[in-house]
Amino acid sequence: MARRAKGASEINAGSMADIAFLLLIFFLVTTTMDVDTGLARKLPPMPEEEIEQDDSQIKAKNIYVVLINSNNQLLVENEFLDISQLRAGAKAFINNNGRDPESSDNPQKAIISLQNDRGTSYETYIQVQNELAAAYRELRDASSMKKFGLMYSDLSKRQQKEVRKEYPQKISEAEPKNIGK
Amino acid sequence: MSKFKKDNNKDTPGISTASLPDIVFMLLFFFMVTTVMRETTIMVKQSLPQASEIQKLEKKSLVSYIYIGSPVERMQTTYGTKARIQLNDAFATVDDIPQYITAERAARNEKEVPFMTTSIKVDKDTKMGIVTDVKQELRKANALKINYSTRKAVQ
Repeated sequence: MARRAKGASEINAGSMADIAFLLLIFFLVTTTMDVDTGLARKLPPMPEEEIEQDDSQIKAKNIYVVLINSNNQLLVENEFLDISQLRAGAKAFINNNGRDPESSDNPQKAIISLQNDRGTSYETYIQVQNELAAAYRELRDASSMKKFGLMYSDLSKRQQKEVRKEYPQKISEAEPKNIGK
Repeated sequence: MSKFKKDNNKDTPGISTASLPDIVFMLLFFFMVTTVMRETTIMVKQSLPQASEIQKLEKKSLVSYIYIGSPVERMQTTYGTKARIQLNDAFATVDDIPQYITAERAARNEKEVPFMTTSIKVDKDTKMGIVTDVKQELRKANALKINYSTRKAVQ
């Protein structure tokens, strides 16, 4: 009551909205809502000299060799393959379970070995990585569907681990070499 | 009955705009909080390849970026068209990567170092040679968690 009696004039807040709008538009324009997405991979640690004979213990039939040359062509298990067929090929190899004696024993032992040339385009490389990841994802989905009736991504952490144990993603990248100029 | 008498003779009152500043402020704070200012000027071409099996990059504060690609057009007169590596705000060579990783690690809390990710943003027209070199350097620097930055494929 006393304050009103003093008659101190209030600050006009009418232009507050204008100022707020100005700031709002500034932030609207500068804001970018993009989320960074990508293919997550883990690089192997640099080899130490003691553990070099490790490779010889893996049977050749458990390795699915994928080569990409500088013309972005694929050589899979010594045969030319189109990138669209890679996913099915990798799935058949991983999920062989000893049916074909020339292919992998079981998914735990199956290793995909990827080698690329220095001249391979990055786009092709990512496509190949993507197809291989998709092959594993589809197998994991099928397995989790059968076991838990859910897609792999909807499973709990513990269940995911179980499925991952069944289908470990083993993509090995060889030390860089020059393949087929 | 006079209780329900309509007073048609009055004009419809205008909508009060008194709460407008509040609404605008609410929006303003939302955008202020979500906004991330770009810290680096990208000097290399960045048209990322597409992939479908993508994962979101979590914890942006723990991510260090490496950009690879040919310099953008206005830089091509000075730097040519050959693919280059950009770290922070400057062009770099493969040899600068260990130093960059060390600097990035020093800037973070020691506990968080194992969770640090390196996001490699490579233009899709780049050859793998330079990417392989970068990967080898990262292996040497023991920065093993990487992320090939890609866009979501539209199918």
